[in-house]
Amino acid sequence: MRGAQGLYDPAYEHDSCGVGFVARLDGAASHETVTRSLTVLANMEHRGAAGADADTGDGAGILTQLPDGLLRATAGFPLPPRGRYGVAVCFLPQLASRRRELEALLEGAVAGEGQSLLGWRDVPVRRREAGATAQLHAPVIRQLFVGAADGLDADAFERKLYVVRRVAERAAGRDLVVPSCSARTIVYKGMLSAPQLPRYFPDLGDERFATAVALVHSRFSTNTFPSWELAHPYRLIAHNGEINTLRGNVNWIRARESQLASELFGDDLAKVLPVIRPGGSDTAMLDNVLELLVLAGRSLPHALMMMVPEAYRGRPDVPEELLGFYRFHECLTEAWDGPAAIAFTDGTLVGATLDRNGLRPGRFIETTDGWVVLASEAGVLDVPASQVRRKGRLQPGRLFLVDLAQGRIVPDAEAKAGVAARRPYGEWFARRHVRLADLPRREPRPLAEPLRRLQLAFGYTQEDMKVMLAPLAANGEEAVGSMGNDTPLAVLSDRRPLLYSYFKQLFAQVTNPPIDPIREAIVMSKATLVGAERNLLDESPEHARQLVIDDPVLRDEELESLRQVSTGLFRAQTLDFTWPVAEGVEGLEHALERLHAEADEALAGGANVLVLSDRAVGRERVAMPSLLATSSVHHHLVRAGTRLQAGLVVESGEPRSVQSVATLIGYGASAVNPYLMLATVRDLVPRDDAERRAIAAVSKGLLKTISKMGISTLSSYCGAQVFEAVGLSAELVERHFTGTPSRIGGIGLAELAEGALARHARAYPERDELLPVVGLYAWRRGGEHHQWNPDTIALLQHAVRGGGRPTYQQFAATVNADSARRSTLRGLLRFRERDPIPLDEVEPAAEIVKRFSTGAMSLGSLSREAHETLAVAMNRIGGRSNTGEGGEDPERFGDERRSRIKQVASGRFGVNIDYLANADELQIKMAQGAKPGEGGQLPGHKVDPYIASIRFTTPGVGLISPPPHHDIYSIEDLKQLIYDLRCANPVARVSVKLVAEVGVGTIAAGVAKCGADHVLVSGHDGGTGASPISSILHAGIPWEIGLAETQQTLVLNGLRSRIFVQTDGQLKTGRDVVVAALLGADEMGFATAPLIATGCVMMRACHLNTCPVGVATQDPELRRRFRGKPEHVVEYFFHVADDVREIMASLGIARFDDLVGRVDLLEADEALSHWRTRGIDLTHLLRAPDVPAGTPLRRTEAQASPLQGALDHRLIAAGGGTFAVRNTDRTVGGLLSHHVTRHGLREERRYELHGSAGQSFGAWLAPGLELTLVGDANDYVGKGLSGGVLALRPAEDAAFRAEENVIAGNTVLYGATAGRAFFRGLAGERFAVRNSGASAVVEGVGDHGCEYMTGGRVVVIGPTGRNFAAGMSGGLVYVLDLDAAACNTQTVGLEPLDARDEETVRGLLVEHAARTGSTVASALLASWAPARFTKVLPHDYRAVLDQPLSAGGIGFVTRETEGAAA
Amino acid sequence: MGRIGAFKQVARAEAPERDPGLRVGDLREFVGTLPLTELREQASRCMECGVPFCHNGCPLGNLIPDWNDLVYRDSWREALDQLHRTNNFPELTGRLCPAPCEAACVLEIEEGNAVAIKQVERAIVDRGWDEGWIVPRPPARLTGRSVAIVGSGPSGLACAQQLARAGERVVVYERDEAAGGLVRFGVPEFKIEKHLVERRVDQLRAEGVELRLGVEVTSLEELAEYDAVVLAVGARVPRDLPVPGRELDGVRFAMEYLYDRQRRTGAISAAGKHVVVVGGGDTGADCVGHAHREGAASVTQIELVGEPPASRPDDLTPWPAWPMKLRTSYALKEGGERDFSVSTTHLSGAGRVERIHWQRNSGRPPFEPVPGTEEEHPADLVLLAMGFTGPEPGLVEQAGGGVFVTGDARRGQSLIVWAIAEGRRTADEVRAYLDDAFVSVADAGRAKYTAAR
Repeated sequence: MRGAQGLYDPAYEHDSCGVGFVARLDGAASHETVTRSLTVLANMEHRGAAGADADTGDGAGILTQLPDGLLRATAGFPLPPRGRYGVAVCFLPQLASRRRELEALLEGAVAGEGQSLLGWRDVPVRRREAGATAQLHAPVIRQLFVGAADGLDADAFERKLYVVRRVAERAAGRDLVVPSCSARTIVYKGMLSAPQLPRYFPDLGDERFATAVALVHSRFSTNTFPSWELAHPYRLIAHNGEINTLRGNVNWIRARESQLASELFGDDLAKVLPVIRPGGSDTAMLDNVLELLVLAGRSLPHALMMMVPEAYRGRPDVPEELLGFYRFHECLTEAWDGPAAIAFTDGTLVGATLDRNGLRPGRFIETTDGWVVLASEAGVLDVPASQVRRKGRLQPGRLFLVDLAQGRIVPDAEAKAGVAARRPYGEWFARRHVRLADLPRREPRPLAEPLRRLQLAFGYTQEDMKVMLAPLAANGEEAVGSMGNDTPLAVLSDRRPLLYSYFKQLFAQVTNPPIDPIREAIVMSKATLVGAERNLLDESPEHARQLVIDDPVLRDEELESLRQVSTGLFRAQTLDFTWPVAEGVEGLEHALERLHAEADEALAGGANVLVLSDRAVGRERVAMPSLLATSSVHHHLVRAGTRLQAGLVVESGEPRSVQSVATLIGYGASAVNPYLMLATVRDLVPRDDAERRAIAAVSKGLLKTISKMGISTLSSYCGAQVFEAVGLSAELVERHFTGTPSRIGGIGLAELAEGALARHARAYPERDELLPVVGLYAWRRGGEHHQWNPDTIALLQHAVRGGGRPTYQQFAATVNADSARRSTLRGLLRFRERDPIPLDEVEPAAEIVKRFSTGAMSLGSLSREAHETLAVAMNRIGGRSNTGEGGEDPERFGDERRSRIKQVASGRFGVNIDYLANADELQIKMAQGAKPGEGGQLPGHKVDPYIASIRFTTPGVGLISPPPHHDIYSIEDLKQLIYDLRCANPVARVSVKLVAEVGVGTIAAGVAKCGADHVLVSGHDGGTGASPISSILHAGIPWEIGLAETQQTLVLNGLRSRIFVQTDGQLKTGRDVVVAALLGADEMGFATAPLIATGCVMMRACHLNTCPVGVATQDPELRRRFRGKPEHVVEYFFHVADDVREIMASLGIARFDDLVGRVDLLEADEALSHWRTRGIDLTHLLRAPDVPAGTPLRRTEAQASPLQGALDHRLIAAGGGTFAVRNTDRTVGGLLSHHVTRHGLREERRYELHGSAGQSFGAWLAPGLELTLVGDANDYVGKGLSGGVLALRPAEDAAFRAEENVIAGNTVLYGATAGRAFFRGLAGERFAVRNSGASAVVEGVGDHGCEYMTGGRVVVIGPTGRNFAAGMSGGLVYVLDLDAAACNTQTVGLEPLDARDEETVRGLLVEHAARTGSTVASALLASWAPARFTKVLPHDYRAVLDQPLSAGGIGFVTRETEGAAA
Repeated sequence: MGRIGAFKQVARAEAPERDPGLRVGDLREFVGTLPLTELREQASRCMECGVPFCHNGCPLGNLIPDWNDLVYRDSWREALDQLHRTNNFPELTGRLCPAPCEAACVLEIEEGNAVAIKQVERAIVDRGWDEGWIVPRPPARLTGRSVAIVGSGPSGLACAQQLARAGERVVVYERDEAAGGLVRFGVPEFKIEKHLVERRVDQLRAEGVELRLGVEVTSLEELAEYDAVVLAVGARVPRDLPVPGRELDGVRFAMEYLYDRQRRTGAISAAGKHVVVVGGGDTGADCVGHAHREGAASVTQIELVGEPPASRPDDLTPWPAWPMKLRTSYALKEGGERDFSVSTTHLSGAGRVERIHWQRNSGRPPFEPVPGTEEEHPADLVLLAMGFTGPEPGLVEQAGGGVFVTGDARRGQSLIVWAIAEGRRTADEVRAYLDDAFVSVADAGRAKYTAAR
């Protein structure tokens, strides 16, 4: 594995994959288990990936029982009986001398632990079977045989083997890897692809290799430095997904180490610490902890239930005992939050589980002859339907457990009940825990100084009052803004921003999905715990001695209750974090030292709640930044090993926004009392519930913030540090924010102290009574600098309206001068001096403008006029405009109003086969700059008939874009969506849009490996969309860093040549373009500037529909005011291109291609002083990757097409008929649909397919096409269904009942716009999510069914999971025997059927029975009982049905509108 | 942010003016404001733009969106605080400023639709006075430093107020018998009643400003006792009309006439005369207004440059720039003639001016005469309102080293908002200078953080 270099850091690599196991229920070991599992693995190969060297896989492996027969026959020395010896599989260096050292070390460890050394076996390998890169890094693999000391029982021997391994690993360092060391299980794995695994290891093909269970895994890593070590399985688990809370989990584990104790381990425990081996992946770390918990005495299910608990709050269906278990264990450890599918085995128990969100697929079958097979996909083993006893799927939070000793599958409820009943956990919890709400009330403490004075002292501004606080209290919501953030980074600002603003929220993109905290509130929890934690390896009533805080934002009286707590169980101590003004800047350092010392003393004195307070602020005392105090104490205590002795609570006048509270919690606070914010709110908004509303709004914002990162519980977010610091010095971060990435250096303690003193000085001398105006959210003279200000906007508009080149030059000079002075990172750079060339040798502007595109702004956010103006302009210059998420009027497909880039976003609005087939580029939007990690919402009143027609929805019905793509929860899912899009349009290039954050480079590498042609790295500052202000300001980082990281990572990986790189984010001038090119961009995107050229005045009211210049509004009256013309935009881009040419000439570069990636032509501008005085260091940004000369720095070759050999080629050729299908046949019907759409074929074609279909069966299926699948299907059936018909049924001779078994996976009919689909059997989670027009019948669905649905008809004649119909705003759903408690009624009502409904349901059931032979449907029709059905009717939809919007408007009427109006 | 979408429903309303036929009968102010409820409606039209061009268009940087919103929310007192934050004398600007803010208002992209900013401004401050919210704000403590200000026009007074409130001892020297400069003597009573000016001056006095009226400073040596000196002496040298007949009686500078009307000496009268005002600006208009009120036989205002277009010429002065378009002054609404592209060739008469002779020109520089367009008109009083060339010589040449020049004296003749803005900026400069030059605040421990602020 490579080390960190420049902006690339291997710590940000992600992986994901296919996982599965094969087991014999009777526990009989056989070689067939191995061969079957290898078949499973081979059939999931498409889920894995290869790097730049196509032969080298990202990793594959297998975990089995110890194959005693093989080992005994081949060891070459005698072995004790089975169970009395263990095998350590060792990856050793090629270098013989070092290898011998490590071997000696291992042997020493064995002897040291009193076990006997039996001998070494060289694991035979066929080196040539591995890829070139893999061979280069291949370890020597040897197995060390260890004999058990006399008298040790099996568990104790297993523990000793663990100690041996840890002792050796600790002594050796990174070059010794021990993939397994056990008397029970063994691991074979490597940097291999699935098919290479058995070829590389002849052992796996040996008939003597027998096992009753085999766990297999193939890996997809975002990078291409996959290491042998990081292949799965680990010792106990293989994992598909991501641990979002990893940093917090690792910190907390480290904190817990000091108090670990175990009778079983005794003194050995010290030898195994640290528990977590550094440098591992998230899976490796999870495995490390799990292993310790299990070896220290907990069962594997128990340990998993602790670490990855299901969502249990507010669930009536969770048994009392189990509830008690979860509550108790929450006192021991925070959750390791997924998305995760974890397959595990200890050799006897084998199983799999999903985390609470259930975002990974897992399908299993049990056969009539005693096999159990589980895998990420169905159909990985060919088992005739007649031999299938049961087909099922993993479910959120559920345990799928096979006990080989008992020879049976243990149901989830039984397995959990067994664990929960071990001890009276619920009773322990009930007895020992204390709820804050139950503590005696105390009088709140009054403010010690006048309100205004404190506001001044804490740097309150007039806008804080108006923009942040008033809306919180008045509306219970955070304020919304538009048009991005054009103010300087905190470190570049001259206004000494508060410390919070130096922290940028991380967010999930691609490798892990964000969560919808509103619609999927059932998984969210904002409860936190305060108190001392106890030994993780033990359990006792005392462990539950925790104070439970339901809401982390404390009112004053709650804080007093806590401070004066006197239950005997808790003792709070308040620590003051102010310092004397008289000590000046130096005082801060002393204050921190004092604070640490006082914290130590408090803990020594028995305190278990530390209240960090700045109440002492006054004339003589100034407060340090509360975030500094909190994180500094947190890390001090972690280092001291005492962190778990107390919880941290912050009492501060400083926090007053979602971001401030989020950072405090993210850096270790369990709760925050923002007393000054609360006092301000009470004063500001004259209503009784102002304080309550403000607290609720902050809490809501907090949940949104954590869900951006895919984290669902606040207790897991606590201390998780999911932030990137931008502009803080390495020293400051290392000491006080340990582990936080901070890549461009920045300010330190002295500057923070100066800022605090300067704010304090505003309040004392007591003079200015008004709060300062800062102009952060809207421009104000003399306030914070905005790149778009009255001067730059006017100059740009004048330049394209007659002012011409001189005015453009004035504009560019103003922008660049500003930028250089204070505003952007690129402003701190300059071009190196070079010999110029004549301007006429430089490539013409007409060529350069082809690299430009406009940003993704939907029709809906923009007016039709503005949207078409941009499209026409871009087509005229050969650039590209982008539809945005909102479809495109088919009228535009054929003319110059067509947007060449068609976006595919999470809502899939307007995405059907026509749309896709009419694109030059298909862009998957993973995130957007204004609000990465969040979804969107278009309120019903903005959905006029035209907008609705283009989005295939109903006028007047609100539309929700979910935070994640529900078909992308991980990198291999993205690969699948790319494949789906390639099928829908084989000639369009596929692009993936990302937003810059730390680690974006490794994601981009993953994107390249997924086969995308193009990746867009957006800066945080661009973004035109409406978004909560905290997201606009605090999520994401500048494109300069993200782009440089992307370029460096791609080049280091040898992937840069395969993929175009584009960047955007407040680009304005030729200088910006050239800097972007030099940092690695082939292409550039612009959004705000061309909008301004058309007349936008940065009103920032896009979300209000009142744009006075007709740009961002649907109001017909205002749209008439639009004065933009394509010529304006064309002229602007030509000015920019001419500007680029002049710079190219001065750099002596004639071709734009030769600019790309030439970071050596940039240098930090030493002439500007202010940034250097603030400690900024651009070395990493300007680092040229360390690669051989001639390595491509730009895109030079096309990606290989994945479509050869697709089944669809045969379907197209045959025109109909019967075909076999298997899970490796993905997106069946996709290419076919493209074919008929492209050629305008309108004939009907029918196909029947037999087998297990791969993912995305029937995706984008075009009208006239019918696919019948006999067998079953995986995830994403009918994705984007565009008018075709699907029918799925089991084989006639199936040995199971169709309606009780799973026939289709998760996320069925996602974004379907038309057509019909019939499922004889159960489907997984999120059936018909975002369906906007398809009709379907299904015999049962998992959780979150019909989520975000906006149209269509769904009939469910079986069970529904939890959270049914969440966020559903349109369409109708009919459910048989609905469990109303499982329905999320935020947006829907439940009603009986009327006559028309009955007709609909009957009609669909008749067709269902006919197409699938459904016995359930036949029975229902035979004894018709409409009363058993419930109609799920969205409120929005009802309103429209009651009062249809006038059919006026400009557009055409959709099917749905017709239906609604009829 | 106002009421969402209100700008579509509520039309812009102009400030009510007294009937032109009636108002010429007296000297009282003729412009009023709408009732407060209607003004709230007007304020609701403001959308608090993300980039408020009005706020940029205002030389003072008035926080227009902020106080518009407060007025809409009926928080007049808070609005007054925000108004005073950037503007010492809103009752002056609310009456006398031509409102470049309104020209820059985003709603003015649809010409004629701007938010009625000026009217709201005036209403806020008028209400502030009416309610007694405007009180002296003397400093908590004095710094012990002293500043002399020469000139009591808007820039001098703004500078004085800023410095006094910051704790400096301020003495203002004024050669006229009352404070206010051109606002006091140049601007007619019917545009701003002088008791309003006096009321402000009283506030300044109560804040510690000492006014020495009727004292002409001729040399800086007279001010040696002060730690700093500010010269706010205006740009009072008028541009002359060098044509034959200039020397005739009855040919006067506009400011002489206006001063005389204010002092009511009657030395220069328009009553019963044919009055010709040379120059098409505001000063000229004020002459026209007075001439009407005196009962002139006829009033004609002539302008050198050509007639501008009726609406904003986008090629020349695109939004948000100040539009070079035809405006009809209040005075011409009251009567009189105007003519464009007119170059005066000479004046004639026997000792006293009787006729004015002119010729049409090309309408733009270099204003070439158009042959054959000679005309002559009766003229008993010719008032030259052609602008000012700069400050009177004497003091301003001595600026530097603690002597500051501000207002029109520094930037040339301009708007009252500029004068106030100048005065405020100069006050900051003076304080920075004094901070540098002297060991300042007693509390030395905190001094450097005060400076860092």
